[in-house]
Amino acid sequence: MTALILRDVRLAARAGGSAMLALAFFAAVATLVPLGVGADLRLLARIAGGVLWVAAMLAALLALDRLFQADFEDGSLDVIALGPLSLEQTSFAKIAAHWLTTGLPLTILSPLLAVLFGLPSQAIGALFLSLLIGTPAVSAIGAIGAGLTLSIRRGGLILPLIVLPLLSPAVIFGAGTVLSALDGLRNGALPLLTAFSFAACVLSPFATAAAVRLNLGS
Amino acid sequence: MFRDLSFSVENGKALCVEGANGAGKTSLLRVLAGFVSPMAGDIHLQIDGGKISDPEQRGDFVGWLGHQDAVKPQMSVREVLQFYAALYGSGGAIDSALDAAGLTRLSDLPGQYLSAGQKKRVSLARLLVCKRPLWLMDEPLASLDTAGKKIAAGLIEAHCAAGGIAVVATHEALGIDCERLAL
Repeated sequence: MTALILRDVRLAARAGGSAMLALAFFAAVATLVPLGVGADLRLLARIAGGVLWVAAMLAALLALDRLFQADFEDGSLDVIALGPLSLEQTSFAKIAAHWLTTGLPLTILSPLLAVLFGLPSQAIGALFLSLLIGTPAVSAIGAIGAGLTLSIRRGGLILPLIVLPLLSPAVIFGAGTVLSALDGLRNGALPLLTAFSFAACVLSPFATAAAVRLNLGS
Repeated sequence: MFRDLSFSVENGKALCVEGANGAGKTSLLRVLAGFVSPMAGDIHLQIDGGKISDPEQRGDFVGWLGHQDAVKPQMSVREVLQFYAALYGSGGAIDSALDAAGLTRLSDLPGQYLSAGQKKRVSLARLLVCKRPLWLMDEPLASLDTAGKKIAAGLIEAHCAAGGIAVVATHEALGIDCERLAL
């Protein structure tokens, strides 16, 4: 399994890979919003959690459609499927690699971008923590969509339609975490986000494997 | 696609599956590999007296060479083979596989610079590295030059001589001793 994760991380990091693309997209969107909204720092701080969460999620989605499709098209997926890993383990490895190359870098970049929104430091901590906990759910649920659309040409266009509604709890709880930190309230959203993310990561490999199996047999 | 099809292949034998375009050669290989379940009938793998009928378990014995070559444009030939050796946990020797497929000179070249025939050679080397007993090969001679075809036939022959099985879907004569199945 480590071999597969390492290969996917390496592919994402090389030329034509998706890691830098997602980061650049995230940074561009997060920079444009303050320019569009204007210099009202209190307003910016209130919307920062929501905007950064949505931007991070869209950035992570950019790379998702190729999660299985690239391997499907060049025949690698057939060879990987016949290897000793089950499709469930393969799906888990793919999700882990996707998170390591998009979710994690986005999380690390987020405090820097939060400064553009004038977020106070305790809220920046909450944003960082919520992204760290929540982005694995984005990769996990996104993988189900990637598995379902892997044999569809331009499947990347349908993928967000399948995945985004399923990810609304992550945005609600993620942005909620930042808001309650901003207001100095007790944080009720973070445990819910953790539960959602955990459930997504545990269940998604099975759903993803079923979707991939369906497509391999067609 | 096809019906009333029955055949068996023993250790050390190669089976050539022949048929016109669209006759179902690739489909038959995908059924054998366990990707597709047959509408009716079953497939068994007999190993040391035990019988395996579960398609996923059967997959653990299959070495696959498909239409596509599973070569990544961003990875060098050696990296591709190292990845599959690690994934399959086979401990297959990379250098000897590269040598057997005539790829030693190209080992550090990224996949994007390889020709179709060179990619096919990488697939052959991958079969050696993965060390599976049942080779399922879909048009292994396609896009290979004369020397490459000789190498492919030689590898299949050596695999069978070592007790392996090869099921080969092909239009061209392999030039080795094999049983034939016409679809």
